[in-house]
Amino acid sequence: MQNTIDIAALEEKAGLFRKEILEMIHEAGSGHPGGSLSAVEILISLYYYKLNHKPDNPCWPIRDRFIMSKGHASPVVYVTLANCGYFPKAELKRFRKLGSMLQGHVHTGVPGVELSTGSLGQGLSVAGGIALGAKIRRVKFKIYCVLGDGELQEGQNWEAAMTAAQHKLDNICAILDYNKVQENAAVAEIKNEEPLADKWRSFGWQVIEVDGHNLKQLISALDEFDTVKDKPTIIIAHTIKGKGVSFMEGQPKWHGKAPNKEQLDMALKELGF
Amino acid sequence: MEMKATREGFGEALLELGRRKKKVVVLSGDLEDATRAEYFKREFPDRFFNLGIAEQDMLGAAVGLSLDGLIPFACSFAVFLTNRAYGILRISICYNKRNVKLIGSHAGITVGADGATAQCLEDFAITRVLPNIIVLSPADAIEAQKATYAMADICGPVYMRLGRTPFPVITKESDPFTIGKANLMRDGNDVTIIATGLLVSEGLKAAESLSKAGIEARVINIHTIKPLDEVTIIDAARHTRAIVTAEEHQINGGLGGAVAEVLARNEPVPLEMVAVFDTFGESGTPEELLKKYRLTATDIVLAVKKTIARKEG
Repeated sequence: MQNTIDIAALEEKAGLFRKEILEMIHEAGSGHPGGSLSAVEILISLYYYKLNHKPDNPCWPIRDRFIMSKGHASPVVYVTLANCGYFPKAELKRFRKLGSMLQGHVHTGVPGVELSTGSLGQGLSVAGGIALGAKIRRVKFKIYCVLGDGELQEGQNWEAAMTAAQHKLDNICAILDYNKVQENAAVAEIKNEEPLADKWRSFGWQVIEVDGHNLKQLISALDEFDTVKDKPTIIIAHTIKGKGVSFMEGQPKWHGKAPNKEQLDMALKELGF
Repeated sequence: MEMKATREGFGEALLELGRRKKKVVVLSGDLEDATRAEYFKREFPDRFFNLGIAEQDMLGAAVGLSLDGLIPFACSFAVFLTNRAYGILRISICYNKRNVKLIGSHAGITVGADGATAQCLEDFAITRVLPNIIVLSPADAIEAQKATYAMADICGPVYMRLGRTPFPVITKESDPFTIGKANLMRDGNDVTIIATGLLVSEGLKAAESLSKAGIEARVINIHTIKPLDEVTIIDAARHTRAIVTAEEHQINGGLGGAVAEVLARNEPVPLEMVAVFDTFGESGTPEELLKKYRLTATDIVLAVKKTIARKEG
């Protein structure tokens, strides 16, 4: 956690992260840009502001825990961890290659990753288990879990939501990357989840809604979570799938497709590189 | 002969384990009365969580607990634990190599009157195919106790199948129990009966009756379905040249299938399988069901005669 917040510096970092995400997916020839670009500010607000963590000691016992439930958004996780210093940035070029630690979906072989994910809907239950264990062991760290909106169609999330409320797990903060688009169409067209904030409230959660690309709002929501007692918190972060690249924004086809060289160049130019 | 269900042996051992190891925590899918995890719950309410009828979430929560060094035992009926939560077992537990213990009671046809929906007959097949997991199937209540202690001493995913119905106690406290090492229950050189779970006692009964007819059967108790004790199985094939497997499981993919894989690769000999023949169960008493689905000592004897008739020369 940093004492002074230089929002402009973090915003600049967000641009750099987007560049590196697109470059690594292009280099790999496959991957998931849409849901990585939408979660950039969420991960920056966690890793550069909120999380109590030590990149040189990934197993530090009292570190805050981070679970990326939507494991296909591995590029944003790997870029964040590399920039924090968990592993050398040169490794990003090996993403999705044979023998690489940077597996296609978020993987525990990577320093700083707590849980391998990729089969959607499993992260929140695990976060709940960590939170339950922390309560019975009376340790104070917090558990942050990023969810995708598409994966909320998996029923296991709602089982986990009930568990967290039942056991008053106020040490758990879910952050929903609510980019409103899944692989084949808009979430609302496939299996509508609205009214989503009301659903979470009715399950007994504290709900905070923010613009998920506004670092100030994200940071203030993460601070608000610290004040919530006896119930779990979800930050519903309204985001744009493919954020920052006009031809990717809101487009389902950029959920899981790599940009070719021409598209990469166009995207980087738009991002100011 | 003393009659006792394997779930009883587990419940007693889990309580004792709670006293010995503070890191043991227990999760239940609202079936702790049936799985006997309630013995632990009564003494250690702070380390017990009934997470409701939500097996996927229960297994995920177990993973979370294990990430911080606790030793979670997730307990439910075998059918819900393995079937309902399979995707979580595959990724969150096995792929992540988590130290989670899965206890599935009420497995097999001997569940009885509850009928087909509760009678888990496919758990060996779907668990043993997953990397990183150990699959246990104790033959009686004493072995269930030993298996419970043994799984707490190793790090990694373990699934144990338990039965509901009291069955003969056929092992002794002093018998060895090593995960992955089959136990020889009876020696013989004419044929080998390789059995698991409650059908080990039926195998022993079959061997007694075969002995009267001049056929000496070796009886091997496979309490560990995975990793399978291939050395003991290959040795039995070499010496007796005929094998019968017996299990309260579907004929496809279970112990019989696992033994067939070992024999085909190493020492092909005639093999007959006593198992449920690709059908669901139904309501009835355990005795009626064992008889109807051909899982008794009599059926093992018939299979032995068939496999011996197929021996070369």
